[in-house]
Amino acid sequence: MEGFAIDVRGMTKRFGERTVVNGINLRVAPGQIYGFLGPNGSGKTTFIRMLCGLLRPDGGSGTCLGHDVLTESAAIKRQVGYMTQRFSFYEDLTIRENLDFVARVYGMADRKEAVEGSMVRFGLLDRRDQLTGQLSGGWKQRMALAACLLHRPRLLLLDEPTAGVDPKARREFWDYIHLLATEGLTFLVTTHYMDEAERCDRLAYISHGNLLVDGTVDEVIDKAALTTWAVSGPDLAGLARSLAGLPGIEQTAMFGKVLHVSGADARLLEEAIRPFRQGDHRWSCERSGLEDVFIHYMIRSGEAGKLRVEG
Amino acid sequence: MVVKEFVQMSRDRLTFAMILGIPLMQLIVFGVVINTDPRHMPAAVLLADDGPQGRTLLQGLKNSTYFDFVQRVGSEAEGERLLRQGRVQFVVSIPENFSRDLLRGDRPSVLVEADATDPTATSGGLAALGGVLNTALLADFKGPLARLAPVPPAVDIRVHALYNPEAITHFNIVPGLMGVVLTMTLVLITGLAITRETERGTMENLLSMPLRPTEVLIGKITPYIFVGYIQVTLILVAARFLFGVPIHGNLFLLLVASFFFIAANLAMGITFSTIAKNQLQAMQMSVFVFLPSILLSGFLFPFRGMPGWAQVIGEILPITHFLRIARGVMLKGIGFADLGRELWPIALFAIVVLSIGVRRYRQTLD
Repeated sequence: MEGFAIDVRGMTKRFGERTVVNGINLRVAPGQIYGFLGPNGSGKTTFIRMLCGLLRPDGGSGTCLGHDVLTESAAIKRQVGYMTQRFSFYEDLTIRENLDFVARVYGMADRKEAVEGSMVRFGLLDRRDQLTGQLSGGWKQRMALAACLLHRPRLLLLDEPTAGVDPKARREFWDYIHLLATEGLTFLVTTHYMDEAERCDRLAYISHGNLLVDGTVDEVIDKAALTTWAVSGPDLAGLARSLAGLPGIEQTAMFGKVLHVSGADARLLEEAIRPFRQGDHRWSCERSGLEDVFIHYMIRSGEAGKLRVEG
Repeated sequence: MVVKEFVQMSRDRLTFAMILGIPLMQLIVFGVVINTDPRHMPAAVLLADDGPQGRTLLQGLKNSTYFDFVQRVGSEAEGERLLRQGRVQFVVSIPENFSRDLLRGDRPSVLVEADATDPTATSGGLAALGGVLNTALLADFKGPLARLAPVPPAVDIRVHALYNPEAITHFNIVPGLMGVVLTMTLVLITGLAITRETERGTMENLLSMPLRPTEVLIGKITPYIFVGYIQVTLILVAARFLFGVPIHGNLFLLLVASFFFIAANLAMGITFSTIAKNQLQAMQMSVFVFLPSILLSGFLFPFRGMPGWAQVIGEILPITHFLRIARGVMLKGIGFADLGRELWPIALFAIVVLSIGVRRYRQTLD
C-alpha cells in the first residue's frame, strides 16, 4: 500500500461570489473505481479540473499520486489521464494523427509502437485514417479513452465518459475500466447513470459543491435511511398524482410497471399511504434503490426544482 | 432580433470599443497624418565654398520649409552614405569657388542629390528648388551688383534623383507591399491560433497535458515562419518579373531580415490570441494593427511628412523598419552595416511582444 492515489482536504473553488466546490475531502485508494455523482452544475467537473491542475483551487490542500495538487501540477499532468466531458481532440486530424500528437507531447520514446498498440487494443485500426470529426459519439469516446491511456497514466479522471454512447458501447467501456482497475489503475468517474454508479467501488454524491455522502453502494443507500414502497396494479399514474404532496411522501417514480413511493420518515410515510392500501394495488416495502436515494438527496438539497437538461 | 443583437453587442465590451475606436482612429490618422507634400526634410550639405552667396543659397532653401539642414558633411562619400541609410532625404553640394564663379557670371552648378525611393517625399522639395535658388540670390544682387540680376538663372542646378531616377511609384510600393501583405496575413493567422483552440474546446485537453507556455507558443508560430517565407518568395518573384523592380542589394540579406519581420508579426498575432476571448476579438485586434501599419509606416505616405507623435508610433511598428530594409536592399543596395539599425527594433519588438504573450498565456481555465 503506497498511500492514496487521491488524498485532498478542503478543496474549494469560487467563481466570483459563487462557491462551486465547497471544502470537499476525498480519498481514493489505488486501483479503485470512484464514482462521482450529482446534478449538473454541482461542481464535479470543477473538482476534477482542480485535481489535474486545470483550475487553481481557492482553498484546500492535498496530494494526487503523491504530488502536491497546489504546486506540482506539471508532475501530476504527466501521470494523469483526463478525459473531458466534451470531445476535445482535434476534429480535423485523423485518429492516428491525434494519438501521435498526444504521444509526442508526452515525449514518449516508443511513440510509434505505443500509438500502434493503442489502436489495436481499442479496435481503431480500421478507422485510423478517418477524421475524428466524422466519427460517431461511441468511436470518439473510444478514441478519447485510447488517447488518455496512451502515456500510461496511473490515474484516470473521466468526466461523464459515456454521455451519448449506446448501451452496448457503455457496457464494453465499463468492462474495460474494470479490467484496467485490476491492473492497478485508479479511476475517478462522474456519471448520471445509476447502473454505472452501481459498478463503482465507492461513490460520492455532490450537490451545490458539497459532498453530501460517500461510501460503497450499500453504505450510501443505508446512510440515506430512506423507506421505499413498491406499488403495482392499475392506474399507477393516477395513484402517483393523488399521493404527490402528502406529508411524508418525498417522491414517487415509475420503474416500468412498478411505482416507487419514498420518504425519509418511515412512520409518516406509512400513515400517508394507509388510505390507498385498501385498493387493488399490491404494496410492498423494499430496500431503496440507488436512484431513489439520489433523488432523495437532490430534493434534500433543493436541487430538484432546478433540474435542467444540459449537454 | 434587434434587441438580442444590442444585448449581445453590449456584452462584448472589446468589440464595442473596437467599433467605436476604429473609426475614430481612422479619422485622426487620415486627417492629421496624411501629408502628400511633406516639408522639413532632413538634408545634408557639402559646403566646399565659404563665400556669402553659398550661405544665402542655403538660407533660401531653408526658408522654403522643404529643407532642414541637419548635418554638414565633409565628402561626397559621406553624403552618399547618409542618403543610403535614409538618414537624410537630400544632399546639397555647393562646389568650390562657388561665390567666385557666380560673381564672374560663370553659372556655377549646385548639385542636389535626392533619395527618390519614395517619389512623393522628394517631389515637393525638388519642384521648389529652381525658384528658391534664384530668388534667394536676387537679394544679393543689389546696388552695384544689380546688373548681375540674372536673365538666365545664375546658378545651374543639377538634380540627381538617386535609387529611383524615373520616379516610378511601384518601385516604392511593391517592396512596401511585401511588408503589408506579410503583416496582414501573419498577424491574423496566429491571432486565431489560441482562440480557435478555446472555441473548439480543444484547449481543455491541451492544458491537461504537460506543455509549457513557451512550447505552445513557439509550436504555434514555427510552421508559419515557413508560410511567411513562401509569401516573401512569391512577392519577390512577382516584384522582379511582373513589376520589373530592380534588386540592387543582396537577396540573402533581405531573407535574413524577413525572418525577424515574420517572427515579429507571428509573435504579435499569438499575443493577441492570448488576450482575445474569441476569434472575433482576435480578428479585430489584428485590424487595429493593420491601420497604423499601412498608414503610419511610410507605406502609403512619406514617413517624414507625419507629425512627430505619428512617427513615434511608426518607429515602434516592425513594418516601418522592414519597409526601410526592403526598399533599401532592393532599390538602394544597402549592405549589412546599414541594415543593423533597422533590424534591432524589429527583433526587440518580437521579443517584447512574445514575452507578453507567454505571460498572458493562461495555464489554467480560470
